[in-house]
Amino acid sequence: MSKSTLSRRGVLKSGAVAGAGLAVPTIFTGSSVSAFTNDPTGSSVTLGFNVPQTGPYADEGADELRAYELAVEHLNGGGDGGMMNTFSSKALEGAGILGKKVEFVTGDTQTKPDAARASARSMIEKDGAVMITGGSSSGVAVAVQALCQEAGIIFMAGLTHSNDTTGKDKKANGFRHFFNSYMSGAALAPILADRYGKDRKAYHLTADYNWGYTTEEAVRTSTEAMGWETVAAVKTPLAQTDFSSYVAPVLNSGADVLVLNHYGGNMVNSLTSAVQFGLRAAEANGKNFEIVVPLYSRLMARGAGKNVAGIFGSTNWHWSLENVGGAKYAGTNAFVQSFGQKYGFPPSQAAHTVYCQTLLYADAVQRAGSFNPCAVAEALEGYEFDGLGNGPTLYRAEDHQCFKDVLVVKGKENPENEFDLLEIVDVTPVEQVSYDASIFGGELGSCNPGA
Amino acid sequence: MDQIILQILNGLDKGSAYALIALGLTLIFGTLGVVNFAHGALFMLGAFCTVTLSRILTLSHEVIDESRKDFLGNPLKVDVPYIYDWFGESTGAAIIDWAVPLSILFAIPVMIGIGVLMERGLVKHFYNRPHADQILVTFGLAIVLQEIIKYYFGANQIPAPAPEAFVGSFDFGAAVGFDAGAIIYPYWRIVYFCFAMVLIGAVFAFLQFTTFGMVVRAGMADRETVGLLGINIDRRFTIMFGIAAAVAGLAGVMYTPINSPNYHMGMDFLVISFVVVVVGGMGSLPGAVLAGFVLGILESFASMRQVIELLPGINQVVIYLAAIVILLTRPRGLLGRKGVMED
Repeated sequence: MSKSTLSRRGVLKSGAVAGAGLAVPTIFTGSSVSAFTNDPTGSSVTLGFNVPQTGPYADEGADELRAYELAVEHLNGGGDGGMMNTFSSKALEGAGILGKKVEFVTGDTQTKPDAARASARSMIEKDGAVMITGGSSSGVAVAVQALCQEAGIIFMAGLTHSNDTTGKDKKANGFRHFFNSYMSGAALAPILADRYGKDRKAYHLTADYNWGYTTEEAVRTSTEAMGWETVAAVKTPLAQTDFSSYVAPVLNSGADVLVLNHYGGNMVNSLTSAVQFGLRAAEANGKNFEIVVPLYSRLMARGAGKNVAGIFGSTNWHWSLENVGGAKYAGTNAFVQSFGQKYGFPPSQAAHTVYCQTLLYADAVQRAGSFNPCAVAEALEGYEFDGLGNGPTLYRAEDHQCFKDVLVVKGKENPENEFDLLEIVDVTPVEQVSYDASIFGGELGSCNPGA
Repeated sequence: MDQIILQILNGLDKGSAYALIALGLTLIFGTLGVVNFAHGALFMLGAFCTVTLSRILTLSHEVIDESRKDFLGNPLKVDVPYIYDWFGESTGAAIIDWAVPLSILFAIPVMIGIGVLMERGLVKHFYNRPHADQILVTFGLAIVLQEIIKYYFGANQIPAPAPEAFVGSFDFGAAVGFDAGAIIYPYWRIVYFCFAMVLIGAVFAFLQFTTFGMVVRAGMADRETVGLLGINIDRRFTIMFGIAAAVAGLAGVMYTPINSPNYHMGMDFLVISFVVVVVGGMGSLPGAVLAGFVLGILESFASMRQVIELLPGINQVVIYLAAIVILLTRPRGLLGRKGVMED
């Protein structure tokens, strides 16, 4: 008869270990059936569109959702096919992805990292989403990207402009089509030096969060390299609504250019204050005073009305690009036609980038012949493509950042309608906005297939 | 020196908005004893009265212009406001240009109506409930109101510019002997400050020099006794709720050229306005106005680059620091009275 070794302490320890194991979310635990998380086994595949449906960026989120729905329609063979007709890869045939009908679920990021992670987690765990995409903020993108890395899901970032997304916070499972702060600075500086001269003194007002810092740094570095001097850089609270007390001292600071490293409501309000305080009409150091907005969003520029007239900035894409830049930017008109016919107005840059991301993901799966995130990542890394509206583009393997031409735009003096707010001043070639992948630090790590 | 004057001027217009919202809050608290967290939403609704009137004035019919193309390459559909057809293009354009001031006339009845409806429909049921219940229900109402606005008007800001006559800035520096351009101040902000002064004066005059105001003041001091005299004080307090809503609404109407309105703008002002009320002294109308201007000016000074470099982050907390100091030294606020909210 053997002696029992069961003790009260042993039972407690075993219980604790078992409890901890059960408490780990199912997305982080192994499965004996599939080689990767949410392997689609039926006749359909589910994509997760995680966009701001409430909160300050809800209008951008709504435009992103329209583009996602259009992309799904095209992937499933509906509509006019949009940019699938101009895309350089012909792997997609309008028969879903790998023959599976594309379905989608949506989540609301609320432009809050915690809420965005919760909705992404729900789409992965409950809805079986095999890919997560979307977002209108870098904070959200970085948070959701990290979650997808842990969960073994591909994350195709939406509108996120901070260097960190594919810099210090980059992940092997995350990919960004949108451009970044560095590219904005590199594209803008030569144009600004050309139009306003090299002897300029800049005053920066910077939103007090991650994106603001990287944008200020990028524009400062680029403009100082052109000979500009930075007189001052002032952080402004993200929740600030009236910027008059920040703008009013600018005219007497010795500066002759005001750079507004603001986005969304901050940009609308600070620009409105700057124009109200007569900065557009003022002179300083014997020159006309100028204002620069490094990142333009057409949707949000509407809020500033006539105040955007004549003000330079950069953008990832614009619906008039093919008309202005020619056939190099093929795909733009196809997408505008497709989107415009369906919804009655031109798409925003947010809509464009998420449409591209959806097609790029589907195409990578099709080329890889698998939904396995590691196979998809391999298909995307170093992938060169064309026909998606931005000209020849590279998905760089080292940091999963897309490299393509960047648009320098200016607020139109006499817009003909509410969509006609920006005019393309210049298209900066990709060579001019490229950089070494190591300058922003971070480690890509290795791809995680999950289950 | 010029920078100091400039920041005082900035503080005055910011303080005007704080004072107007806090004035309405104090009116409601003083008369009904209700802590109304939906008051910021009333400011926002006022701003959207301007947006609504602008849209009404620009209601249009489409005219096809074959000579121009839209973004799809089709003949351009040009929107022609009906008001052009009725009054001619120049008069019609002038009316649209003056949409913001005209919105005052539109907003007064609308905001009084909303105020009365809010009081009769919801707030009156919470008179005898704890302040925590009042805060919860009015805060919930504020969220409902802003979500309704977002549903109909979207999340982005909507421009509502000042009339052309008030676009631009006044060279205050040149006028008072400083260098030209040293102190520039936008015309519309001057208009806003003057408007706030007139509105605050009108509210005080109404309470001070009319029989209605006298009864309301008596009710604020001792509601029970006024009721025992056979006066229907509840009806008067309902009207005061409507007037307080109109004051907040008008503050919102005139604020639209300063900051393009969006659904969230009320929440941005709400917390600060409560701080203003507490600092001014609960139930004190002059206190609310004084604290509005004091905190507005302090906030402006704290936003100066030199101050931020000396005390990083001070621009984000100065109002709350000032509130702490004032409440430690004067526990009832600047002009608070003994016995108000102390039972």
